[in-house]
Amino acid sequence: MSASQLPPRPLSPHIGIWKWSINMVLSILHRASGIALSVGSLMLVWFLASAATGPEAYDCFIGFATSVFGQILLFGWTGAMFFHLCSGIRHLIMDTGRMITIPAAEKAGFFIFVVSIALTFGLWGCIKFFF
Amino acid sequence: MAHKWEDTAFKGPMARAKGLGSAHAGLHHWMGQKLTAIANIPLVLWAVWSFASLAAAGAELADVQAFFGAPAHAILMVLALASIFYHMALGLQVAIEDYSHSAFKPVFLMLVKLVTVALFVTASFSVLKMGFAVDVTDMSALVQQSM
Ligand code: HEM
Repeated sequence: MSASQLPPRPLSPHIGIWKWSINMVLSILHRASGIALSVGSLMLVWFLASAATGPEAYDCFIGFATSVFGQILLFGWTGAMFFHLCSGIRHLIMDTGRMITIPAAEKAGFFIFVVSIALTFGLWGCIKFFF
Repeated sequence: MAHKWEDTAFKGPMARAKGLGSAHAGLHHWMGQKLTAIANIPLVLWAVWSFASLAAAGAELADVQAFFGAPAHAILMVLALASIFYHMALGLQVAIEDYSHSAFKPVFLMLVKLVTVALFVTASFSVLKMGFAVDVTDMSALVQQSM
């Protein structure tokens, strides 16, 4: 029998079957934030290219960036960036064999959420009110 | 090139016959991801802080161009772009390797690399263009302005 005639192979259990745990949330969010930031890099390239091109191109960029939609996107990418940064530092620590127990993951997860949310609001607060 | 590892007991006869197993790209990928992750920490923080400062100052085009007119800023930004985009290409590669079951998977993997290189070159060219646009004799005045 050729491979295509065989009945489908059983799959290993996938997302839907597991009870949610903090390790799982952190792992998924690290990847999701990495992919979100990759999309966000387009906005970074647009910013730099438009500033290098001239006033017309730059005004077009600024028009989008300061629109409600643009601001929501930028705020979201700031959050994704701080989350990915904190979570990435946790990955680098875990690579050294430290912080790999479940209680450590729970503590780290709490810390990552609090710090990344605080930094996101802190930075936007600075931009809008304090600079 | 033949690798010593190929002849060890780690690879079974069937895997050897089928040509399966490591293509010896894994460690290099892992190191690249980790080294760019470490480099990203200061570089991304600096870039985000710079953009935030420019935004808070009104995001005027002249300010942005003057900012990148300072050699240190242009150099740091190109370094940040290199680290970010290399990290991004490696990261997206893993995500595609894990999730894509399409016949076009090899095409997606190549596209990620091509698009990432295109983005890096476009962004770096833009930074360098602003960096070189500034008359060097006026540099000190501009750097002071952008502070
Ligand atoms: C701010 C500093 C950053 C740090 C410290 C960092 C750290 C990391 C680390 C350690 C990994 C590997 C995770 C693992 O071992 O599974 C990773 C993956 C990844 N990063 Fe970053 N990163 C940073 C910024 C960025 C940026 C700016 C982007 C996008 C432009 C990005 C995109 C990705 C992607 C797509 C992955 C792959 C996710 C996965 O395989 O699950 N990262 N990051």
